[in-house]
Amino acid sequence: MTGGSTSSPRRAARAPYVFLTPFFVTFLVFGLYPIIRSIVLSFFITYGPRSQTFVGLGNFAFMLGDPDFWIAVRNTAVFAAASLLIQLPLSLALALALNRRRLAGRGTLRLAYFSPRLVGMVFVGVIFRLLFEGRGLLTTVSHALFGTDLNSSMLDSPSFVMPALVLTSLWLYVGFNMIYFLAALQAVDETLYEAALVDGANAWQRFLHVTLPGIKHVTVFVVVLSTIGSFQLFELPYLLLGNGPGAGKAGLTVVMYLYQSGFISGDLGFASAIGWTLVAAVMVLALVQMRLSGTLRKEA
Amino acid sequence: MARLPRMVLYAALLVFGALTLVPLAWLLVAAFKSNEVFFSHPFFPPPEHLTAGNFRRLFGELDFLRAMANSLFVTGATVLVQLFFASLGGFALAKYDFRGKRAAMVLMLATMMIPPQVLLAPMYELVTHMRLTDSYLGLIVPGMVSVFGMFLYRQAMMQIPDEMLQAGRIDGCSEFGLYWHLALPVSRPITGAFCLLSFMGTWNSFLWPQIVLQSDSRFTLPIALNQMVGLYRQDYGVLMAGTLLAVLPVVVLFFLLQREFLAGLTAGAVKG
Repeated sequence: MTGGSTSSPRRAARAPYVFLTPFFVTFLVFGLYPIIRSIVLSFFITYGPRSQTFVGLGNFAFMLGDPDFWIAVRNTAVFAAASLLIQLPLSLALALALNRRRLAGRGTLRLAYFSPRLVGMVFVGVIFRLLFEGRGLLTTVSHALFGTDLNSSMLDSPSFVMPALVLTSLWLYVGFNMIYFLAALQAVDETLYEAALVDGANAWQRFLHVTLPGIKHVTVFVVVLSTIGSFQLFELPYLLLGNGPGAGKAGLTVVMYLYQSGFISGDLGFASAIGWTLVAAVMVLALVQMRLSGTLRKEA
Repeated sequence: MARLPRMVLYAALLVFGALTLVPLAWLLVAAFKSNEVFFSHPFFPPPEHLTAGNFRRLFGELDFLRAMANSLFVTGATVLVQLFFASLGGFALAKYDFRGKRAAMVLMLATMMIPPQVLLAPMYELVTHMRLTDSYLGLIVPGMVSVFGMFLYRQAMMQIPDEMLQAGRIDGCSEFGLYWHLALPVSRPITGAFCLLSFMGTWNSFLWPQIVLQSDSRFTLPIALNQMVGLYRQDYGVLMAGTLLAVLPVVVLFFLLQREFLAGLTAGAVKG
């Protein structure tokens, strides 16, 4: 600071606090207070926002004894596993295929793969609901290929609800995650490939020893992000299955369970207890994933 | 690579790209299909069965225009407010050294880790006590300050040389003036990226508006459309016409801002 006038440096010292005031205010009111309040709420049974009874750990006990909760946990876990094991490898494969310098129309293809992400989750639900309807496009294709029933909605069969969710989210996210992998691949140092070629490494060895280590950070980022996203799954099944858990509750997710108990049945205390259970589960998973990737690095 | 595998690879990429576009192409056609042929022809009906009648019903008896106007208003207001606070906060983090800066940034990162679902119940309670239920303030105010946006702007504004700001100060520019006349205009690419992200997030937002809004006349597009799915289950063409109109603005905005957007999206991930 040159300090020509006395007021300018003082103003400069005060300015950042003024500029960040909106953050601090909204953080206190809509961040810190709700977090504390939701811890408190999780020990109460509430009826709408105005009446409450202390139940200690009763909410958690009830939740763990509720078969619906376990259905929701199982469905959510299956969906998360499918996302990681089917969706991400597909995204990576797509990125590898696209990552060639002289590929005609690469930009257009990238745009096509990414385009589903522009459609909001809500609207995806509405569209695919009709695609899976009796005599709908996907039902017709499935009838032609596998001889499944043509005239009733595929979503009416409990065993198809989860595959339908996974398929829809593949459409929605494979291209989106591909963007991350592609950006990472383009940042891998070219000279490493040349060095590997000189050393006589074949394509698979180059992938294993140059590409994979090069994109590790982004991979961990995408894995953690899509795990968190999977555990927050709500809107897609809710809309796809017509504002409910679907046939045989096969599309009931943890957040849908939270929404139904908190905002349909009006028990905000119970909803908070479910919310904190979800947070704990997601944090443990994310930490395990990051730890696993950390140990892998040490071995390498 | 040998010639044949290369062709196979290319063909696979094209097929996959085409498959990705099928549901969107289907939506485009379905919005113009009359109900009689909606399922008798799963994709293309005979051309004489394509009609603008779905849109006429949508804007006539179903008052869809109102939901569109509501969504435009809420989204426009949210994007402007978020842009302003995110860029202002980002400027403070990028170009000032002040006591408590590190702590503030750690706090901000911590808030990004809180899953929104855990806040749902107490936020609903809070909004009820503040008498903001069924109002747009209840939608806009809680998410006014985007921490993600602040970090995005911080990254961009760190490139601005200090000498430039000093020169501005000597010329008698206020600190806010430095932000408004200098830092903000220089960060236009990030503004493009953040604008699109903020627009998409608000435009497609369902859970919170579903909880806060109560009267039909205030419903935004996702809520109105979800209600229509319940009330007019069998009016498939009308539902798809509504969905098409709901999807279109995001697509248009994306094509206007796509270069900034794709760059902004991956910038943090790759460097981190």
